[in-house]
Amino acid sequence: MAESIEQTQSVKHVPRYADTDLIRAQFANTVEEVIEAIGEVTVIAKREGLVEFLTWLRDEPSLRFNYLSDIGGLDLGEFAEPRFAVAYQLYSIPHNHRLRVKVFLAEDDATLPTMWHVWKTANWLEREIYDMFGIHFEGHPDLRRILMPADYEGYPLRKDFPLKGY
Amino acid sequence: MGLETKLGDVLPEVITTRLDALVNWGRKSSIWPATFGLACCAIEMMAMTDARNDVARFGAEVFRASPRQADVMIVAGRVSIKMAPVLRRIYDQMPEPKWVISMGVCASAGGVFNNYAIVQGVDKVVPVDIFVPGCPPRPEGLIWAIMKLQEKIERDKVFKEEQEKVA
Repeated sequence: MAESIEQTQSVKHVPRYADTDLIRAQFANTVEEVIEAIGEVTVIAKREGLVEFLTWLRDEPSLRFNYLSDIGGLDLGEFAEPRFAVAYQLYSIPHNHRLRVKVFLAEDDATLPTMWHVWKTANWLEREIYDMFGIHFEGHPDLRRILMPADYEGYPLRKDFPLKGY
Repeated sequence: MGLETKLGDVLPEVITTRLDALVNWGRKSSIWPATFGLACCAIEMMAMTDARNDVARFGAEVFRASPRQADVMIVAGRVSIKMAPVLRRIYDQMPEPKWVISMGVCASAGGVFNNYAIVQGVDKVVPVDIFVPGCPPRPEGLIWAIMKLQEKIERDKVFKEEQEKVA
């Protein structure tokens, strides 16, 4: 009992971040860049080998990113090249650390492999990205709109989408 | 024994009135709302029924979960484009006579949600009798709307068609 109290007191409420050297060493082909800024780690990754990379992040004992807290979409503007990006926000419940994996996508090839067999929650999160940005997820079991009506036209969070719709 | 004996002393046994007035009096005295809380306005709509505001004084406190038992639909909050067909269906399921109160600026005109997802005024989906301004309207505001609706019901011609035929 005394020991557990000691452990509780030794927990520091500061965020912890993943070991980035290991990530760089293991997936040199997929990882383009590792950015550490304002206490956050962002991994810029390529689409090739992304499924293997994220599965490894989930399963590697020293990382154990067993919780996909969010998938975010980005539209960098009509004239940006590449135009789109998708960011996976990962969290490890056992290790209490976080990681962001960002993948850039060209407008004419805005597709990604689905991650729903890695984290089940990716199912709905990917549907949301598809609904808002029109980014397709290959292998997704049920890629339908999730927020907007099924017959809705356009992708509302794209920069060239008019505020009040078409 | 009770009130009826006292009333019997004061009132005659037979009173005459117009049938319109009698039916309208009955209708306006128990306007049962259908629950259609969509956003923060719904909290004020609930507050309307509490002890402080007590809309039971006007006979409109019985919120019905089934549209088939409701007289008025209080659209309390923003209506998304996805919700609009649901709203219309609930309205269609309500028996005649039926009324609609558009509560708050979002339901009435879109409000701050001037965007792709929200219907810019619920009158595009269902016919609205009373618009209540506010963001959200206070419970007093909604009671005001119910009283306005009662005034409107009082003016109703129940046997309009028959009257027109005679004329």
